[in-house]
Amino acid sequence: MQLSDRISGAFLVALGALAAYGGSRLPPVPGQQIGPNVFPMVVGIGLALCGVMIALGVGRRFEEEAEADLHAHENPIPESERHHGPLYGLRALVPPALLIFYVLVVDKLGFVPTAAIIALVAGKTLGASWRLAVPIAAIAPVLVHLAFYKLLRVPLPAGLLPMPW
Amino acid sequence: MSALLEAFRMVAATDVLIAILLSSIYGLVVGCLPGLSATMATALLVPITFYLSPIAAIATIIAASSMAIFSGDIPGCLLRIPGTPASAAYTDEAYAMTRKGEAETALGICLWFSALGGIAGTLSLILLAPALAEMALSFSTYEYFWLAFLGLMCATLVARSSPVKAIASMLLGLLFACIGIENPAGTPRFTFGFTDLLGGIEVIPALVGVFAVSEVMRAMVTPEPPPLPPRRFGSILKGQWELTKKYPKQQARGNLVGIIIGVLPGAGADMAAWVSYALSKRFSKEPEKFGTGHPEGLVEAGASNNASLASGWVPSLLFGIPGDTITAIAIGVLYMKGLNPGPTLFTERASSMYALYIIFIIANIIMIPLGIMMIRGATFILRAPRSSVMPVIVLCCAVGTFATGNNLFNVICVAFFGVLGFVMEKNGYPVAALVLGIVMGTMVEQSFVTSLIKSDGSILPFFERPVSAVLAAMTIACLVWPFFVVANRWFAARRRRAVPAQ
Repeated sequence: MQLSDRISGAFLVALGALAAYGGSRLPPVPGQQIGPNVFPMVVGIGLALCGVMIALGVGRRFEEEAEADLHAHENPIPESERHHGPLYGLRALVPPALLIFYVLVVDKLGFVPTAAIIALVAGKTLGASWRLAVPIAAIAPVLVHLAFYKLLRVPLPAGLLPMPW
Repeated sequence: MSALLEAFRMVAATDVLIAILLSSIYGLVVGCLPGLSATMATALLVPITFYLSPIAAIATIIAASSMAIFSGDIPGCLLRIPGTPASAAYTDEAYAMTRKGEAETALGICLWFSALGGIAGTLSLILLAPALAEMALSFSTYEYFWLAFLGLMCATLVARSSPVKAIASMLLGLLFACIGIENPAGTPRFTFGFTDLLGGIEVIPALVGVFAVSEVMRAMVTPEPPPLPPRRFGSILKGQWELTKKYPKQQARGNLVGIIIGVLPGAGADMAAWVSYALSKRFSKEPEKFGTGHPEGLVEAGASNNASLASGWVPSLLFGIPGDTITAIAIGVLYMKGLNPGPTLFTERASSMYALYIIFIIANIIMIPLGIMMIRGATFILRAPRSSVMPVIVLCCAVGTFATGNNLFNVICVAFFGVLGFVMEKNGYPVAALVLGIVMGTMVEQSFVTSLIKSDGSILPFFERPVSAVLAAMTIACLVWPFFVVANRWFAARRRRAVPAQ
């Protein structure tokens, strides 16, 4: 997700202002000038100032230099790989979505089935063939379960498919 | 002396030795895979360290991080894709050597000088840390405030991006650190009524999210790296001794620069490699050979990034201020294992500190045989498709962060920080500054607010003590330096425009 500096700068200004305002509303410690409100206010004001500077394009030159440096060291992306459908960029959201999915269903389904679904979806999104994705989805969750449940004693939910150990 | 013997006994324990060996192999494999950085390798290890003894826990982190920094050179050399960001500076050079048919020499340089650099860094840690510890004993909250602030400023200065964006990232990190009740008054701040937020944002989910999940997200939208053609390697270490004798100055300079950058809070191995490579080119007698497969820059930068790794522990152990992102993780582990960072660590837990030095030296020595094995096995490991590695990483992210508190909220945090890290990286906001802000937030606030309470709201005492005045001057210099550079360039551009007009 590429945003222009104006948008990200404006967002930082809003966030900084909100933080400073939220900080100023915090109850002070009775009988003392300095309380929990000082630090969020300082940080919020600083953030808002940075946001203004970013929106105005201060320091953009440094970034261009670093980018040029990095491009010189990176492989150029082949032309054929650049053209993708409009939904291609959304694939980046698959990993966090899978983590949220884990939080929502792991207690009901149990660790091993949930992890198998996650591994399968992640593998397929990265373009694995079924011959590769299915064995990984079958084996990896069991090994992770063995390591974390048995050796490290993390209470992973058993759910529908309890493991024999 | 008895402390030293005790340290040897601690390191020789079976669990510690097994931990060193296994985490070395883990570090070598993870560092070698493109896209999986040394910081990510360390972050994913943290949940495992919960269940180890203190010395074994530190050993896993030291061994895995040193190995991963070396191992990142392997795909850089063979595929022109750096395995870790710390190798990016000299990837072209190493690949040029491979194309000339000198892959063995290039990999040998990376291995041999990485190990030497690591040992030099360890020596600096042994010498510097106790000396600084004595000075640090007399520090008050003012000095700690400036030190922490200086660390944050250094992190923004060396970020390879716009300094304004780096400062913004750092402030964002400090803002995240404000969440929860861990503040001078114990008032719930920015919790929005969620009980899960009362305890604040934990560092480990944030680290795993920013460094691991966002890396998997990036893998989703970038093409798979090309497979490595199988090849047989000749002798790896052949000719390294001649190179050591041929480039003593470069090597010493690489080690020194690495050590200095490592000690600076916030700047780590990747920065050390960039600076050293640039210095090597600048001072070389044959700069025109750089980029065509010339070993000189490789020697200097390869030594530098491993040297910075050990010296990065100096500020971490002394002040709890991370020297780089890897030690930012290590500090969390130190606290968890009862080895709270601070100057007294060197007197009260001297044997543990000696053990730490010994582990560093062992890790850098076994790097050579294990590294040779890794280079020979690299063709197999680099053939593993990304679609088989990344699903396992996602699982480890979920389970590993759940294990840190047996709390599913942590997994939500990981997802959130993954998205945040991904978006920030895409827009040129350095994520390392964000992480340092989160790690150091509580400490900065505590020293800042305590100092303000002591001084009754006055700013003056922040500059009155001699050490704090020096630190303050350095911090302010860091803060105004970017403006100075911008102004300087502006004047230079104007002068250039003025000359043709005459």
